[in-house]
Amino acid sequence: MTLVAVARLVAAKDLRIEWRSRVVLNQVMPFAALVMILFAFALDNDAALTRVAPGLVWLAALFSMLVVVQRSFAVEAADGALDALRVAGVRSDGIFLGKSAALALQLAVLEAVLLLAAVVLYQVDIGAGSIPLLLVTFVAATLGLSFVGTLYGGLASGASGRETLLPLLMLPVVAPVLIGATRATEAALGTNGASSSEGWPWVGLMVLFGVLFGAGGTLAFGSLVDE
Amino acid sequence: MTSPDTPTPSAAGASASGGAVRRPTGTTFTRWLGAAALVGMAWLVLFGLVLSPDDALQKKGVRILYIHVPSAWLAYLAFIVTGVSSAAYLYKRTRSLIWDRIAGASAEVGVLFMGIALVTGSLWGRISWGTYWTWDSRLTTTAFLFITYIGYLAVRGLGGSHHQRARRSAVLALLAVLEVPLVHFSVRWWRPLHQQESVAEGKLDDLMLFSLFVGIVSFTLLYVWLVLHRQRVLSMADAVDDKGLDGALAARRAEQEVSS
Repeated sequence: MTLVAVARLVAAKDLRIEWRSRVVLNQVMPFAALVMILFAFALDNDAALTRVAPGLVWLAALFSMLVVVQRSFAVEAADGALDALRVAGVRSDGIFLGKSAALALQLAVLEAVLLLAAVVLYQVDIGAGSIPLLLVTFVAATLGLSFVGTLYGGLASGASGRETLLPLLMLPVVAPVLIGATRATEAALGTNGASSSEGWPWVGLMVLFGVLFGAGGTLAFGSLVDE
Repeated sequence: MTSPDTPTPSAAGASASGGAVRRPTGTTFTRWLGAAALVGMAWLVLFGLVLSPDDALQKKGVRILYIHVPSAWLAYLAFIVTGVSSAAYLYKRTRSLIWDRIAGASAEVGVLFMGIALVTGSLWGRISWGTYWTWDSRLTTTAFLFITYIGYLAVRGLGGSHHQRARRSAVLALLAVLEVPLVHFSVRWWRPLHQQESVAEGKLDDLMLFSLFVGIVSFTLLYVWLVLHRQRVLSMADAVDDKGLDGALAARRAEQEVSS
């Protein structure tokens, strides 16, 4: 089977599991909303909240992403499903791209909810002019995050005691996405007087990040999950 | 390293059961190397604490640099060695577990020296900049590198066969090579207005430079010594693993023979 066909099947499988179990919808989204509320408690200042809202959205996205990635590989580890896929001769680059795609879709929904939470809770204004940059930022950041999440999620799944490794391995790697996405979102929303032209170089950085880790992950995933 | 036993080049044929044969990790070369590193350290103490003058601005604080700069240099050297050995392992023609062990040993030593570099650096920063930390790209990248390689060492400890461990950690090390420049540039963009601190630059007199040079040479000797020994210890640990498996297999076969 071609790479794309394998990836599409794996992605469809992951999304079907989510559609039937609704774990992201019923557990991760409330968690993400909770994080946004807790940030407000910690900062305790409306003006400060509006000012740092873009960073908080992406920080909450990273935290929630940890849970989604763990979930994405928990369904594989439960019955040795990932090993079964590999034994059945399913190409690992296809598994990588498929799982990344499914993760990206779930993350995108999650991020949209987080942005909505920022509008409601932190009084963030989204003008019509900011939508193009905002959209491109979210797509670029989501791609990079899902590639890295799938790559390190695969490594940190499997044998017991590995789950605690995921944050340690993944969060340092996605730091450039956190910086880039925060700055680009600030530029799109005009936070602290930033103009939208300041956001595009950051989008470029995130696209580069996504391409590098997409290519690196496609090559490396097989070695990392091989038992 | 001062063991009287004659060194054996290969650790694969470990001692027969029963006899307590000592297997030193030192060779004549590493003994000379260790002695040279010791002499270098003594020189560093002499030059760093006694002979070199106080700095005009930083006073005695400048002496921290004789530890800090060599540690930071070593930490980066160690991670370059880890990256190169990992690539050498993954490249089919040079695939050998020795590259994996060098990568692991070098990362362990690198994490140690990076910790020293970060601690001495923030102490020095407190003295000369008045703050323990600034969000300078070099500092931040160093901190990320530190954490990334702690993660790398954790992954090395995950288990599996030797070649599984080697492949997994080699791929991870190469991914770290991909990550570090991205972190570096994004942090530099993130705080573009930050000036490079220039207190220490351009005002070192000859004796200070020489002390720094002594520090770098003797720390490098120490690094090579540590990595060689650690690499041999790792190879022995692998040999013990293999032997343990062989022993268990033999015991199980013997059991079967008795019962049949």
